[in-house]
Amino acid sequence: MTAYGSVLELIGNTPLVDITRLSPNPDVRLLIKLEGQNPGGSVKDRIALSMIEEAEKDGILKPGHTLIEPSSGNTGIGLALICQVKGYHLIVVLATNVSIERRQLLESWGAEIIDSPGSEGSNGAVRRAQALAVEHPEWAFLYQYANPANPKAHYEGTGPEIWKDCPEVTHFVAGLGTSGTLLGVGRFLKEQNPAVKILAIEPPAGELVDGLRNLDDGYIPPIFIDNRGAELLDGKRIVRPRESIEWTRRLTEVGIFAGISTGAALAGAVTTAATLDSGTIVVISADGGWKYLSTGAWTDDLDVVTERAARITYF
Amino acid sequence: MPVLVNLPTVLRSHAGGAKTVSAEGSTVGEVLTALVGEYPGLAGQVINGDGSLHKFVNVYLNDDDVRYLSALDTPVTDSDELSILPAVAGGAVADATAGDRAVPPGVPRSR
Repeated sequence: MTAYGSVLELIGNTPLVDITRLSPNPDVRLLIKLEGQNPGGSVKDRIALSMIEEAEKDGILKPGHTLIEPSSGNTGIGLALICQVKGYHLIVVLATNVSIERRQLLESWGAEIIDSPGSEGSNGAVRRAQALAVEHPEWAFLYQYANPANPKAHYEGTGPEIWKDCPEVTHFVAGLGTSGTLLGVGRFLKEQNPAVKILAIEPPAGELVDGLRNLDDGYIPPIFIDNRGAELLDGKRIVRPRESIEWTRRLTEVGIFAGISTGAALAGAVTTAATLDSGTIVVISADGGWKYLSTGAWTDDLDVVTERAARITYF
Repeated sequence: MPVLVNLPTVLRSHAGGAKTVSAEGSTVGEVLTALVGEYPGLAGQVINGDGSLHKFVNVYLNDDDVRYLSALDTPVTDSDELSILPAVAGGAVADATAGDRAVPPGVPRSR
C-alpha cells in the first residue's frame, strides 16, 4: 500500500470480480468490473477527469475557471468531486425532481446548483445549460456526448485494465449511455483480439422516448458517429426495467450492491451467456446501489419498483 | 404470417392511436413495408424513400436491434415481436436547439 497524493489518484484501476455463480452455463465465465469503487462512486469519474485534463491541456480551463454541466447523474457528481479538488467552480443545472441523494452529493462537493423546472426533465436542464453556455462563453461546457476525451478515458484506462486482468475475454458488455465506455473499451479490446465481441445494452428510456414530439428530436451522440460506433458494436439489446431490477437483486447473492443499470448490463450478459458453449464475458458495473436506495429497488414489491424505475436516471 | 409490431408514442397517431399493430412479412423489411402500406402516415417516418431505415429509428426483434442482425433482411416468424423506438441517448435528446457552444471548441458537430 502506498499513500496517495490526492483522491484523484484513486480514479480507475477498479477490481474485476468473478460472478460465474450467476452464469446460466458454468462453462461461460462471468466477470464484473466494479466502477462503483471509484472515489465519486461511478465509472463517470474516469471521463470527468479525462475531459477536465484535456481541457486544461487545450488551455480551455485555467485555475479559477467555471464549468457548467447539466448532468444530474454520475457525470455531474464526478465533475463536482474533481472540481472541488482542483479548484474550479462547477455550476450544475438540475431538474427540481431529481433525487435528494444527488442534490446533496453535488452540494457537498461544492457545486452551485441552478434549478430547472422538473416538468422539463433532463432535456430542460440540458437546454438551459446550453443557453447559459452561450451567454457565458468564458464558462467551459465539456459536453460528454461529443467530447473525444470521453471514449479516450476508456481506451487508455478501462480497456487496458480489462486486458491486463483478463486477456481471455471473449465478450464485453456495457450500457450504451453516451457510448463512451463501449467505444473506448471496444476499440482497445478489438485491437488486441479482433474476435472479441462488443455488446451494448440500452436501458429502458420510457420517459425520454415518450417526451419526443417527433422522430427528428431523436439523438445519436456525436462521439458514436465520429468513432464509427455502428461498425464497432457486434450487437445492441434493450433490457426492460423488470429484468434490470431482478438482476440488480440477484447480484446481492454474490455480495455486490450495484446500481440498476448494472442489473440491465448483467441481464444482457446472462442472455448472451445462455447462447454460448464456452467463453469469458466481462460486464461493466457503472455504479453502486447507494444512490438508488430511495427507489426501494431491493426491498419493495417488484411491480411497484418496476413502475417507479421508468422515472429513474440510470446512467 | 402476421408479426406483432409495437409502436412508440410518437408514431401512434399515424396508426389510429394503436400501441400494437400486426403486419405480414417474412423479413423485418417486408413487415415494415406492409405496415407503411396499411398506415400511409408512417411513410418517411420509419423507412426512408430509398428503402433504408430512418436515422433516428431503432427497430428491435425481440429486444435485439436489427441493425446489428441482418438489418431489414433479418428473417422473422409469427412468434417474433418487433418494437420500433426512436433513438435517444441516456439523458440527452432535443439537441436541435443547441448553440455552437454545446460542443467544446475543436470538436466537430456531427449532426
